[in-house]
Amino acid sequence: MTKRFGVVLVAGVLWVGVASGQGKPISAVLTDAPAVPPPTGRTAPAKVVVELVVKEVTMPISEGVTYTFWTFGGKVPGKFIRIRQGDTVEFHLSNDPGNKMPHNIDLHAVTGPGGGAASSFTAPGQTSQFTFKALNPGLFVYHCATAPVGMHVANGMYGMILVEPPGGLSKVDREYYVMQGDFYTVGRYHEKGLQPFDMQKAIDENATYVLFNGSEGALLGANALPAKVGEKVRLFVGNGGPNLVSSFHVIGEIFDRVYTEGGSNFQSNVQTTLIPAGGSAIVEYKVEIPGTYPLVDHSIFRAFNKGALGLMNVTGKEDKAVYSGKQLDEVYLGDKAPGQEPNPPSAVTNATKEAAAGTLTLETQIAAGKALFTGTCSVCHQLEGQGLPMVFPPLAKSDFLMADKTRSIGIVINGLQGEVVVNGAKYNSVMPPMSNLPDDGIANILTYVRNSFGNKGEAVTAAEVAKVRATTKRPAGAAH
Amino acid sequence: MRVAAFLLLTAGLSAAAEDGGLVQVGPGVYRPIYPAAPGETEVALPAFFLDVLPVTNGDYLKFVTAQPEWRSDRIKRIFAEPGYLRHWSGPLKPGQAGLDEPVRFVSWFAARAYCSSRGARLPTEAEWELAAAADETQRDARRTDAFRQRLLAWYAQPNPQTLPAVGAGKPNVWGVEDLHGLLWEWVLDYGNTMISSDSRDGKDPSGQRFCGAGAANASEKDDYPSFMRIAFRSSLEGSYTIGNLGFRCARDGKGAGR
Repeated sequence: MTKRFGVVLVAGVLWVGVASGQGKPISAVLTDAPAVPPPTGRTAPAKVVVELVVKEVTMPISEGVTYTFWTFGGKVPGKFIRIRQGDTVEFHLSNDPGNKMPHNIDLHAVTGPGGGAASSFTAPGQTSQFTFKALNPGLFVYHCATAPVGMHVANGMYGMILVEPPGGLSKVDREYYVMQGDFYTVGRYHEKGLQPFDMQKAIDENATYVLFNGSEGALLGANALPAKVGEKVRLFVGNGGPNLVSSFHVIGEIFDRVYTEGGSNFQSNVQTTLIPAGGSAIVEYKVEIPGTYPLVDHSIFRAFNKGALGLMNVTGKEDKAVYSGKQLDEVYLGDKAPGQEPNPPSAVTNATKEAAAGTLTLETQIAAGKALFTGTCSVCHQLEGQGLPMVFPPLAKSDFLMADKTRSIGIVINGLQGEVVVNGAKYNSVMPPMSNLPDDGIANILTYVRNSFGNKGEAVTAAEVAKVRATTKRPAGAAH
Repeated sequence: MRVAAFLLLTAGLSAAAEDGGLVQVGPGVYRPIYPAAPGETEVALPAFFLDVLPVTNGDYLKFVTAQPEWRSDRIKRIFAEPGYLRHWSGPLKPGQAGLDEPVRFVSWFAARAYCSSRGARLPTEAEWELAAAADETQRDARRTDAFRQRLLAWYAQPNPQTLPAVGAGKPNVWGVEDLHGLLWEWVLDYGNTMISSDSRDGKDPSGQRFCGAGAANASEKDDYPSFMRIAFRSSLEGSYTIGNLGFRCARDGKGAGR
């Protein structure tokens, strides 16, 4: 059943079936999500027989939570149907004898009153038949339309039918079937046990669950959609509703093509595509980088708190030119002064105390300066003061730094812009003013760098910093 | 009729048991989800008598024994589908089907014949709905959240393999039991409300009430249980036999004085 699992290689060999749409009927291949039937491969319309059985079944909607779904074929979403434009479809809808409710089907691919609903209204234990011609190509939603229609849809009665244009769709490596739906249960999200439908929540459009393929976890863990680097992937994405519009997004991917609303024209280079309730989109992209790509409704609380989350697992070779992976992992404190931090580093506190008591030692200053340097300065000058070649000048064994103590104080307070020569290398970069740092903080940082990374020099005092700060004209608004 | 209704109002406000296990229901006012005509939002119903319990396999066995033309091996195909009484092991053998369980897999024709054999008839949709609008304490509980939710929870469940015996629930304010939570029931005019898709019925096809169009002209748009009952009845044909569809009988109110 899921053996195919959507790995559908579009056959280069076109099987020319029934030439003129007449003759021997073809039995439609139906699949459960995420699998998609193979392309019709037909160059001419045919008569296609679709047999769909409505089943009311109790199944997990989440871990430890069950729900009685009403289904087209036993799963949510319903069976995927794939036909070709011009096909004549003989549709048989059976209502399982064990079911309690009458059901019917409205296929958006049908041109005619009710989309087939009136002709397919079926009591439990009965079968209805009707025939339609697929006039328009596209990806269409089908759903039950029996009153109260909202409840039938909310219980999972929707699926999709693809009507291929003549010539079929372009060749891709993988096709998957993903359909979103919103669910309304009496119990809260993740409340255990069998949860009945909550009519009032449905009317209020206050969904308990927003799900891909009918259950939380339908596309997670072992059920994640596989793909390999370099493959072209096509997602047939539908939204059964009943209420919510989907902002469909794959985190870390850009859709190369989106056939918006399941129609014939595509938009290129799309981040997020809107899928109306009772609508669809065909999404295509090439997977370039191995990793895990979450499928979400970017109305993002639904992904985090209501279950609208699936995964695509891409395996294969890395391509660092496209994506590097993590290159840096360091503490980032922004450029906030230590005094503004809720919990100042203890070394800094010690220095402040000692300074107040008049017992400040070089070692304490270096320790405090190191803590501040790590947070503020190392982002550019790097942890060992080595800088970044051509970009950020080094502090380690820096002739420019050690040559002039007062100048270095001024640079910290006012920043530095323009060309400088450090250890014989030219740098033309920008250092922002750090005037938000207090005098003693700047003194400690400078004392640290002047006594680290191979440098050796005398301490800088808060008084010296204050003196430079007082004598330096700074443009208005330069302070942080 | 109106006079009779008034008399009955004074005669039988409390649930008075009649012979044969019927109780008086009404008089009362039925508010249909789909009014038959614009403005006809209320239908005044005279009192009538309704079986306290659905007809059981045991009741039905007596009927087919007395009137063998309704046995499953002799019934005319036009009156019932092949599935007629298929939960029985033989034409006169309920077998696994308990005698106290409600009879099911019966067609509308068969149900009508059964009631007729008792000098009764099937209740009309309006009568059945009037009786079924009540819970244990109110005559019209349809707007009560707990009542609605209880019904929805049952409608949302698939059928159990075997049905429980009749009479396990509590009587409603009229004294009628098992209107909800056991099985669907035939009514005399099951195709009355929603126009069927069969063009042979000669009705206006614009009355189709599928999908969103089902909300047009509906008076109580959040009375989902009523919508579901109407949808169910509308899906039926007289020869259908369904595993969760049984019936009970009614009698006109003019027999009240007996």
